[in-house]
Amino acid sequence: MPPTRPTSWSVQADLSMGQLVNWIFEPGFFASQPVHVAILIGGATAIVSAIVGVFTVMRGQSFAGHALTDVSTAGGSGAFLLGLSPLFGFVGFGMVGACVMELIGIRRVRGRDLATGIILGASIGLAALLLYLDTSSGATTGATQQILFGSIFTIETSTIPIVISFSVIALGIIVAIYRPLLLSSVSNDIAAAKGVSLRLIGLLFMLALAVSVGLSSLTIGAILSTALLVGPAATALRVTARLGVALIVACVIGVGVTWLGVLLAYDSYYWGSSRQGFPVSFFIVALVFVLYLISGFSGIRAVTSRRERAVLQGAEA
Amino acid sequence: MDLVQAPLRGEVLHVDHVSVALSGRQVLDDVTFSVRAGEFTGVIGSNGAGKTTLLRVILGLQRPGSGNVTMPTQSRARRGRSIGYVPQKVLLDPDMPMRAWDLVALGLDGNRYGVPIRSRQRRQEVDAMLKAVDAERFANVRVGHLSGGEQQRVLIAHALVSRPQLLLLDEPLANLDLGSSQEVVTLLGRVAAEQGVAVLLSAHELNPLLPVMDRVVYIAGGKAVSGTADEVIRGDVLSRLYGHHVDVLRVHGRILVVAGEENADLAAHEADVVVGAG
Repeated sequence: MPPTRPTSWSVQADLSMGQLVNWIFEPGFFASQPVHVAILIGGATAIVSAIVGVFTVMRGQSFAGHALTDVSTAGGSGAFLLGLSPLFGFVGFGMVGACVMELIGIRRVRGRDLATGIILGASIGLAALLLYLDTSSGATTGATQQILFGSIFTIETSTIPIVISFSVIALGIIVAIYRPLLLSSVSNDIAAAKGVSLRLIGLLFMLALAVSVGLSSLTIGAILSTALLVGPAATALRVTARLGVALIVACVIGVGVTWLGVLLAYDSYYWGSSRQGFPVSFFIVALVFVLYLISGFSGIRAVTSRRERAVLQGAEA
Repeated sequence: MDLVQAPLRGEVLHVDHVSVALSGRQVLDDVTFSVRAGEFTGVIGSNGAGKTTLLRVILGLQRPGSGNVTMPTQSRARRGRSIGYVPQKVLLDPDMPMRAWDLVALGLDGNRYGVPIRSRQRRQEVDAMLKAVDAERFANVRVGHLSGGEQQRVLIAHALVSRPQLLLLDEPLANLDLGSSQEVVTLLGRVAAEQGVAVLLSAHELNPLLPVMDRVVYIAGGKAVSGTADEVIRGDVLSRLYGHHVDVLRVHGRILVVAGEENADLAAHEADVVVGAG
């Protein structure tokens, strides 16, 4: 809240502001360490997902992104079984899956979709087995919940440097291949004629995608990570024609919904009398969905396209 | 350095006895021609004649079985970069966050790694290029929202902004209405002259190109003849190329090439007719 001058009027305002703040942020929100970790890791994950997501939507590779979530599920449950942090399983398996998809799926869209579909199926099967073993091995409870729907409030602080490193790797790849990635998104033919290695660019992008999916598997869960990847990006692409602006809007939406989701999940513990919080993933995914709907129905879309039409009509006149 | 064949004056591209076989089929058979700076060359032939393969060989995307392609002033490694290329089908999604300006800017350095660095020079080059193709008024519109003819102009600007010696266009008129296709042809003719760039364009229609075309490379069945339109589009020349009788009709300033299948039943023959607006 902005500082106000100490007049009698503003003291009163401060009081009611304080109550409002207390009403929005339930007691202990800012002091809670799990909240700190969730805010940090959730924010980093949201930024990576938003940026990789914009390119994923642009390249029409949302299906590959979705398949990678299933690969991540298998990896996460495998890591769990071995007693490792699921994050290594999410990212490790995802990267292997990404390489296989890119290498066996020839450049034709049909070939790519088939390769993706086959890997997706195999991964879910493997995940079914590993999750069964996780839950039946007894010592650990909640493996299925944690892997499928995320564990943002139970992340250990020791995971933070790993999450940051993975984020830097994914964003580093995108920065490094930014221009050839764009060029090949416009036309593979032009990019190839200019000497761009489509296979190298495709592979590097899939690796960034795998890391991004792995990270969001940790926060909102393997099967929900597509929402954080595609949702903010698709919403951003609806409201702006500029890539730079789209990247920023997607980041703001991603971080916004993640933080708001964390807050609502924390507060939801105090709702009603049952003293049982709702999962963060539910709130994040719900917010993503609502924003996407708003961007489609409201005047935002109309304004941008009307502006473009005005330019074109002005040109013709 | 091999000086057996001295390059022609102003020659920017030399296609020398190029043959290509793809999965056992002879797609190009001993094709030879040259392109000079500032010239407008039309590669004319019906679908499947080998036009796209020829362009892919020139771009270095397809290795010829024999013969070679040289650009006398460019090393082999830099060849792709000194050719501006407009492929046949570029599907520009309406939701792609890319304005006409951005697409042209990508023509400057889209093949390099990293993010672009803004500079005044970069902005001026892109602005000037958009102006040159008469596209400045929709510089800020998403490319996916432009009409086919407008997209074609932006793609031409994208291909030309890096100042290539050769501009290669694969069937740029294929999906355009008559008006747009005439606009594009006029634009290309002007650009070739203004910028001193050689334009090589493939098309299955001859007539729209007649006003601006300096040379024709006529392809049929993988073989090619080249020269001016008057030298090439003649009954005797094309009959030799096709290996059977071909009629060339000139009607109201338009040229009609009637090349029937050699052994086809006359009544049912599939005429290979090259027509268009003159």
